[in-house]
Amino acid sequence: MKATARIVGTLVALAALTGASPRPVAPAYVYSMGGKFDRSFSQALYEGAEAFKRQTGIPYVDFEISNETQFEQVYRRFVSRGRDPIIGVGFSQTDAVKRIAKKFPNTRFTLIDGNIDLPNVMSVEFREEEGSFLVGVLAAMASKTGKIGFIGGMDIPLIRRFACGYAQGMKYADSKAVLIQNMAGTTPDAWTNPARGGEIAQQQFDRGVDVVYAAAGSTGSGALQAAADRGKLAIGVDSNQNYMHPGTMLTSMVKRVDLVGAKAAMDAKNGGWKPGHAVLGLKDGGVDWAYDQYNKALITPAMKAKVDQAKADIISGKLKVHDYQSDGRCGV
Amino acid sequence: MNQSLPRWVDIGLIPLANVLLAFCAAGLIVLAIGADPFAAVKFMLAGALGNSEAIGYTLYYATNYIFTGLAVAVAFHAGLFNIGGEGQATLGGLGAGLAVLALDHTGSALVIVPTAILAAAIFGAAWAAIPAYLQAYRGSHIVITTIMFNFLASALMVYLMVNVLMAPGAVAPESRDFADTAALPLISDWLNALGFHVMESPLNLSLVFALVACALVWFLVWHTPWGYELRLMGFNATAALYAGANPRRIILLAMMLSGALAGFVGVNEILGVHHRLLLDFALGYGFGGIAVALMGRNHPVGIVFAGLLFGVLQQGGTELTFEMPQVTREMVVAIQGLVILFSGALALMSRPWFEWSYWFVGRKLAVRKAASA
Repeated sequence: MKATARIVGTLVALAALTGASPRPVAPAYVYSMGGKFDRSFSQALYEGAEAFKRQTGIPYVDFEISNETQFEQVYRRFVSRGRDPIIGVGFSQTDAVKRIAKKFPNTRFTLIDGNIDLPNVMSVEFREEEGSFLVGVLAAMASKTGKIGFIGGMDIPLIRRFACGYAQGMKYADSKAVLIQNMAGTTPDAWTNPARGGEIAQQQFDRGVDVVYAAAGSTGSGALQAAADRGKLAIGVDSNQNYMHPGTMLTSMVKRVDLVGAKAAMDAKNGGWKPGHAVLGLKDGGVDWAYDQYNKALITPAMKAKVDQAKADIISGKLKVHDYQSDGRCGV
Repeated sequence: MNQSLPRWVDIGLIPLANVLLAFCAAGLIVLAIGADPFAAVKFMLAGALGNSEAIGYTLYYATNYIFTGLAVAVAFHAGLFNIGGEGQATLGGLGAGLAVLALDHTGSALVIVPTAILAAAIFGAAWAAIPAYLQAYRGSHIVITTIMFNFLASALMVYLMVNVLMAPGAVAPESRDFADTAALPLISDWLNALGFHVMESPLNLSLVFALVACALVWFLVWHTPWGYELRLMGFNATAALYAGANPRRIILLAMMLSGALAGFVGVNEILGVHHRLLLDFALGYGFGGIAVALMGRNHPVGIVFAGLLFGVLQQGGTELTFEMPQVTREMVVAIQGLVILFSGALALMSRPWFEWSYWFVGRKLAVRKAASA
């Protein structure tokens, strides 16, 4: 896969050359609060783990926590069982990984969506704003009413980053378009409540929205369903969700957690695992918009040309997408 | 039939039997997914009590349940159903965290820790005081208002963390780390200093504090005039009014005490474990406290045991999902639910069996005595 090759390239280029000898690899995966089958990034990690198992035949272990105190406990247990490398996803694991990585310098950790500067940790983050920008361009062009919607899980900085990229993409394609934003809730339930996602989507449709982008874990699947029921368009997130409702799924903003998760274990197996920090954007194939047989009919040549242009410009640096988390503002 | 049983049967044997029944039912579920229920029980108990680290985690979880269990019990004695432990615990943690953020540069643990504990109590009490006021003076039902206040607490917390308290440049909505002086001492550190070798766990001084709170609640509810009024109010509000008690005052004070107790979950979590403010640290303890109080018959001693049981279930459940991957975390919740069902809602189900056996054994003994005479 091209995207794989690019991610591999980036990670290798980033790493310092130390030439560690291969050790027996016994990967462990730790999911975020949303759980293994959230149809979002935890599930993407699970798919990465499965891909690694398929390719190498090496079994892995994994864990779904039920409260955040458990992270440290689980990491400690995996380390004491000789698990290496240990791959976690979600910024809420940052503190636990930091503490455990300091205590056990011989175990290798890969943290996705967080940033830790330790000699035995590889941190990988994504430029969600770039992928969201592209789907914002598509949403604005596909909208007939000039109103597009965004549904987030909780009002946290990471989700504002998605929303902000989306808004910038919308303005780029149609400076008069209007964005209506809603958050699904204020408790972690907001990530796992499809009924709520559906309700919010319905309300947005009633206010004239005809394209909705959901970045809310499995809550989003309710919004995608509501769009299918009402004949409106929807945009999936994290995994490619186009297949869920062909005909009303405009596209998905994909975040290749699966590739990073599989690669961390693969590198450990081949002796190529390195610590460091990578931020994967469009250029590295870490994020992208999904274009496949399920949404081909919805993407007009004009839309494709515009979004490809934007993508090329972002990659070349001609077009800058502002990252909400760099300064806590959006400016759109 | 409502035959009286000796106290040890009522408060010892019957709850034990209920828990065993629950485990039997849970065992059937484990069997149904093709796993070995005996191995599951073994992993669960060994995971909760098998070594010093496991015990530490169990007691750490139990600490939270004792606080929220006491909170529910105090309100319940006044006939009030406080469903808002979750929100009060969140606010308690916020209070403790704000106190530390404001004070930790002063550097003295002797100032910071007591202030933070007091702040947790005040914030928790204040959060409970609003629904209490609405109940006492406006007649808004406390069950509804306290539930709604859980969501308000969560919304307030998200707003404050994201917009005000988040550390600059951080990815996660979390405050900066507290200075080391603001941490409650870990019990494992103490024991290691005394020469015992125990593994590190999040168990901290809050457990001792929880036990002190139990004693205080016991004294306050059963050995003071105010506690008498409180219980009178719970038994019969009209009679309490007739006897000269002020129901409004009792509602307010009972709920504030309840909120303060729930707020101490924030002390255990924020001061004891996380050492920074974050979201969702109170997840589930407020609701768990209802079951703990129910099982513990609203008595501090019962609450300690029920809290321990919940600690065992939570810690053992974690280890169980670890050892047996086919048992998912949802299944552990189901097992916990069964224990609550059997010892809460179905608590009296097994009582007639015990009454019958007690009566039967008693008659046999009497017959034998008569025969030998």
